Amino acid sequence: MGHRKSKGAAIDADLVAANGLLDRRVFLGGAAMAAATAGATLPDSATANPLAVEPWMKTPGAGFVPYGQPSGYENKVVRTFTTAPGTTGTGTSRTPHHLLNGMITPNGLHFERHHSGIPDINPDVHRLVIHGLVKRPLLFTLDELTRYPMESRIAFIECGGNGQLLYQKEPAQVGVQQIQGQISCAEWTGVKLAVLLQEAGVDPKAKWILAEGADAAGMSRSLPLEEIMQDALIAFYQNGERVRPANGYPMRLLLPGYEGNMNVKWLRRIKLTEGPTMTKDETSKYTITMADGKSLQFVFPQEGKSVITRPSPGLIMKEPGIYEIAGLAWSGYGKIAKVEISADGGKSWAPAALQEPVLSKALTRFRMAWHWNGGPAVLQSRATDDIGYVQPTREKMIADRGSRTIYHSNAVTTWGVSENGEVKHVYA
Amino acid sequence: MSTHSAALAAACALGLFSSAALADSPNLGKVITPEEVAPWDISVSPDGAGLPPGSGTPKQGEAVYASKCLACHGEKGAGKPNDALVGGIGSLVGDKPAIKTVGSFWPYATTIFDYVRRSMPYNESKTLTNDELYAVAAYILQLNGIIGEYDTMNAQTLPKVRMPNRDGFVTFVPAKPK
Repeated sequence: MGHRKSKGAAIDADLVAANGLLDRRVFLGGAAMAAATAGATLPDSATANPLAVEPWMKTPGAGFVPYGQPSGYENKVVRTFTTAPGTTGTGTSRTPHHLLNGMITPNGLHFERHHSGIPDINPDVHRLVIHGLVKRPLLFTLDELTRYPMESRIAFIECGGNGQLLYQKEPAQVGVQQIQGQISCAEWTGVKLAVLLQEAGVDPKAKWILAEGADAAGMSRSLPLEEIMQDALIAFYQNGERVRPANGYPMRLLLPGYEGNMNVKWLRRIKLTEGPTMTKDETSKYTITMADGKSLQFVFPQEGKSVITRPSPGLIMKEPGIYEIAGLAWSGYGKIAKVEISADGGKSWAPAALQEPVLSKALTRFRMAWHWNGGPAVLQSRATDDIGYVQPTREKMIADRGSRTIYHSNAVTTWGVSENGEVKHVYA
Repeated sequence: MSTHSAALAAACALGLFSSAALADSPNLGKVITPEEVAPWDISVSPDGAGLPPGSGTPKQGEAVYASKCLACHGEKGAGKPNDALVGGIGSLVGDKPAIKTVGSFWPYATTIFDYVRRSMPYNESKTLTNDELYAVAAYILQLNGIIGEYDTMNAQTLPKVRMPNRDGFVTFVPAKPK
């Protein structure tokens, strides 16, 4: 690699942290970028005939289809999933973040968590009931609900168990999809639940709601009424089309920033209650058992977090040179204020550029220019949100909560880059 | 419309709701009676609210368990291929892995009734009778040594069962703005 030295010399002036992290102006068209790309060569096969007139340039392409699909060349951009023993639909599927860009997750790639498969709900017979501590218990059809004024909200949903592999003693040799694939972000459109609750007339004694799904598990969670009145939406649309069956068709609860399990899918019933119902999924599951044997309960917000999606395991870095470090950051407390990147395992840090729009309780895409010199590198990202919450190191997370739980792992994820360009999950 | 909706929601949130605002709301829901809601009103609170009539004993529950539960949860609730229901009491503290079962971890006995009624048996949920539900709850509690062999579970006795990990939970406190 004879050109390596000259590239490095041109780039030194743009260094913002150790091991090659560069000022973002490198990507805005500076001298360093020109130097970095000057050495690029085309593959041998292309050198012979760099601009072939391919068959698709000479014959008409395919016809229309009613519902479009990605290019066949993208057939590896898929969810991966694991199911409980003896089931085909109880378990989790994960979003391939290492193969995506931007802040919105395509509907077919949104992560899933089902407790008894995906119900095939006929929207004409689906009903929503609001009852319990209300003056007038109400029954709604889907047609009636979709006549209400709607609003849209771009929000992430993250499973409370996302990132759980970081609690393991040794770094799991898997990539971002397996470690952090239980988060996705979509534009959700629907009706403010507060409007319906107000029509039903909330009894002042009510402090909680029980939200229940129409799936075979009757998945249910207790949610605090105060937050519901401020922020909850009954969503009918996901990225412009009706919510996918896997995400709650024909309607789901959306409570931005809160644990995914609380965003009850296939919503059929809301019961207003004085206290929490203490369902299975807020007692035996989704609680954090600490070193002293006590378990944290009602851990609602998904706290500030980030992860580098490129480079990440499975993506080989073929040669030294300029790369973009890209990733996702989010916080259930609000907006992302800052994402810092380290290429030396946390010794030095520099701020990444945040891609607009930066929205409260939505995924935020971050980017950073990096000159990989061909040596070992240890890549990390660290998010800070607008209430000042800082994403913890793995060491701090385990010091605070122990490692006897699988929930709410929001620690820094670390990728190690070796001299041959291989990227692996490591602990730093 | 969205401004209107946001204003309405804000008014609701602040408790400033007035009859004028209600008049503006679409009001498309049909009033439904508790009797009409009953087939869907299956949740049970820790105080026993929502528990139906009926009763069952551990011995009756053993028969239900053998035919409806054992294939997934193993002999006497030992687990495998799916979750263990029995054992692990005292395992929550220390360095060894916590064994979380109904007996060692669940804080309320009412949750057994609520969860089994809505979700189990896995391939035919919402099919057990009330007597079968009380019986299978009694069997699981008895296997864990929490109730006696001849104790009967019903709407009065089930909420009074004291689970070993009843005081094992602490409410999470979210971070405050810095």
